[in-house]
Amino acid sequence: MMQINVNGENKECPAGSSVSKLLESLDIDNRYIAVELNHKIVPRTQFSEKLLQENDNLEIVTFVGGG
Amino acid sequence: MEDTVLKLGKYEFNSRLFVGTGKYQTFDIMKEALEASGSEVITVAVRRANIGGKAGESLLDHIDKDKYTILPNTAGCYSADEAVRTAFLARELGISDLIKLEVLGDKNTLLPDPVDTLKATETLVKEGFTVLVYTSDDPIAARRLQDAGATSVMPAGAPIGSGQGILNPNNIRIILETLSVPIIVDAGVGTASDVTIAMELGCEGVLLNTGIALAKDPVKMARAMKLACESGRLAHLSGRIPKKLYANASSPLKDF
Repeated sequence: MMQINVNGENKECPAGSSVSKLLESLDIDNRYIAVELNHKIVPRTQFSEKLLQENDNLEIVTFVGGG
Repeated sequence: MEDTVLKLGKYEFNSRLFVGTGKYQTFDIMKEALEASGSEVITVAVRRANIGGKAGESLLDHIDKDKYTILPNTAGCYSADEAVRTAFLARELGISDLIKLEVLGDKNTLLPDPVDTLKATETLVKEGFTVLVYTSDDPIAARRLQDAGATSVMPAGAPIGSGQGILNPNNIRIILETLSVPIIVDAGVGTASDVTIAMELGCEGVLLNTGIALAKDPVKMARAMKLACESGRLAHLSGRIPKKLYANASSPLKDF
């Protein structure tokens, strides 16, 4: 297992997990999200191939109500 | 009376009322209010997704994306860097290249930071965004944002969520006279007459959220705002009579 940070929370995931795997394991609704890995956007088309590393920092955002 | 469409970059709209999706008690009330407002453009915010929230509802499940153009905002950003980052994330969410840019100065006033707003506008225009930028009603700041390439400049009528209406119509008039991009009043609208005043002044549109969402009956208020927007627009296009100091009789003054 490796340590990563997701939306400000410390999480663990199996070594070599992809972004897709992580979204699945964290039970995140992946229909309307954008993902930033270490401050760089990961295009949706690369979710399944982009592999995570120890101490990676992820931001996963979505749209909410706003003015 | 025939009206032209409102053009914002490559986008065209018939409705000139833009409404937000924040602060509604339920998604159902929001949906009904959006419908009653007749708006074609609705604003949304970008925030962290819920972890373990798969079972939860997404705002976007309640919005007909074929019907509405989604206008993401950078609300809650206090620097140009943060706002630019949020704009990129919004674009990555894949719905449009439109961005309602707001870079705030502090949490009490929610007034825009003019320096960072200008910086972020310059960056986002270069990056190919269609930038609709929130600003104060300062005509010079507004002009600088137009010069930086903003598609629309959106002066506040009054502070965000304050419901005070159009506090300085004279500044809005100067902005309308000196800028050529569409001017949309954004923020401060409390009730229908505020929308009418903005449209009568010659603004191309009005953007509001709280005035509808927190009204006792948001759906009724949404309809009021729609009618007010159309009313003000028609009055503007019709050319009002000049104000005079003395009376001017409507009926003939001659004797029978």
